[in-house]
Amino acid sequence: MIQNVLDGVLTGAVISLGAIGLTMVMHMLRFANFAYAELLAIGAYAALVFDKVLAALAPVLASAFKPLTLSASLALATLLAMAITGASAVLLDWLIFRRIRAKADALSMVFASFGVALIVRNAITLAFGHDAKLFSKDIAFATVLSTDPLILVKADQVFVLIAALALMAAFHIVLTRTAFGFALRAVAENPNLAQVAGVRLSTMIVSVWLIGGAFSAAAGVFYTLTNHLSPALGHNFLLPVFAATIVGGIGSVYGAVLGGFLVGVASALSLAVLPSGYVPAMPFLIILAVLLLRPHGLFGEDQA
Amino acid sequence: MSGVVSYLVFFATMAAILAIVVLGLNLQWGYTGLFNGGVAAFFGAGAYVTMLLGGRPEPGQFGGFLLPFPVAIAGGILFAGLLAWFFGALTLKLRHDYLAIATFGVAVALESVARNAEWLTGGAKGLRGFPRPLEASIADNFLYGLFFLALVLAVLAAVYVGLERLVRSPYGRALRAIREDEEAARSLGKNPVRLRLQSFVIGSMIMGAAGGLYVAFYAFIGPQDLAPILTFQVWAMLIVGGAGNNRGAVLGAFLIWAAWTASGFALATFAPQAMQLYTGPIQYILIGSVIVGMLLWRPQGILPERIGQGRR
Repeated sequence: MIQNVLDGVLTGAVISLGAIGLTMVMHMLRFANFAYAELLAIGAYAALVFDKVLAALAPVLASAFKPLTLSASLALATLLAMAITGASAVLLDWLIFRRIRAKADALSMVFASFGVALIVRNAITLAFGHDAKLFSKDIAFATVLSTDPLILVKADQVFVLIAALALMAAFHIVLTRTAFGFALRAVAENPNLAQVAGVRLSTMIVSVWLIGGAFSAAAGVFYTLTNHLSPALGHNFLLPVFAATIVGGIGSVYGAVLGGFLVGVASALSLAVLPSGYVPAMPFLIILAVLLLRPHGLFGEDQA
Repeated sequence: MSGVVSYLVFFATMAAILAIVVLGLNLQWGYTGLFNGGVAAFFGAGAYVTMLLGGRPEPGQFGGFLLPFPVAIAGGILFAGLLAWFFGALTLKLRHDYLAIATFGVAVALESVARNAEWLTGGAKGLRGFPRPLEASIADNFLYGLFFLALVLAVLAAVYVGLERLVRSPYGRALRAIREDEEAARSLGKNPVRLRLQSFVIGSMIMGAAGGLYVAFYAFIGPQDLAPILTFQVWAMLIVGGAGNNRGAVLGAFLIWAAWTASGFALATFAPQAMQLYTGPIQYILIGSVIVGMLLWRPQGILPERIGQGRR
């Protein structure tokens, strides 16, 4: 049971990071982006490639920081992957979503995002194969920190939780302390009024994609650090990040963070009572519960 | 020669079943502007319930009530409708994309039930053994294939005519009115939420009917029949044919199904051995590209919607 909660908190941190960007995109561009979770997969695979390249260029980087299995090359690769994934999110918007936004309604964007998700996921399959990958085989033998033999906590997992919380805290400071953060919140609140006040909407859209892409890449890497990576990563996280967004209320960054942890812990706890085959459906039950009890989420104010 | 003909019969039957699904989606998306992200779920719900009601009993397996086919498929249609009503009522009052998310979730949830609830759905191996309608009285396999194709085409024609009458009636104009301008429609006394819910339920029942025909055609249903790719294929069929045009919907179904079958055949024949594992992803990329490409360059489809001109 305690193990379930711990696992859930970890998955929750990953879901939260994914949901932060999604809630901003859904709120600002007014469409449910079914291609969004593929950014997690893009990030994780990009880190995999950069890690291999960096380790080959400078073998000194490849040794792990004990007791973590994380190496310097992977840490650098993660930063590169965050940049690349942010850039791919901007590129996808520029190539596809921007053009559809210009001439059609929001639901056509939802529709297009379905197509984009299908293309990205299967392009990844073609490039990297169906089989599951790992950053480091050592994770299976990684040091266990706890003294209780029934509870398994690896150093990497603690690191993942701390790093995810640090990213969220940094974003909180940006949102509340900088002019850029104010502009971002203004656009989310009222795009027209923000433009009148001199905020450039197109710049803000690019920034939201960049931030969302970077956070998703981090989420993808953090998940893969302690789990297997397969092309289904994006598909598997799609419903959880949507659930986190809806629980928190569309447009609420803090709601998305809380929602992510809630969905992660609830899914992990459900493992205690349900066969594991039903876990993919758990986020859906959470969405249902929210729609029945509080349709606009915990902190949401979005109307139809 | 007879091999080619019986293959064509087989192909046309499957394409016609899918055309019925596309017609259901066209009512939802084309005429009412509702995004159904879980087409496979409503198709699958109809299929599984038809199988449970009309299938043969198996030891240790719920269902197999051997009800006559019309009763069984009516049960399937009803269940698909109930499912649509429940989720539609929950989401149609909210932001328009909530329906997309909820229906996508229904599809994920139903797929995991189909995979795991072995007592009910047979789990991963699915359910097989379905007494096909009038199977006993038509002994010849080829003749039976022809008869079944005729049956499916008759249902397709009935759905097509029914929908054409519906969308050309004042009711159909009201649906289009709420799609185009909800406020204006409301000011004329139309209830957008109720009209949307009705359109969503009717469309989903049509998908359920197609699922029932599918079960009778294959005498089998398994979780892979509920896979998300079905939803993508049906969407591609509608956008290629032309959303808001029932003739376009049927045309798109036959075109895309032909392209899908042909590309699968070509990849299986010509792709090198090492690539055979990856023919699926290549086909999926093609479907995704068709969807995105059509939205970018010809969102109205091959046969665009015709508004206000010509009653036929």
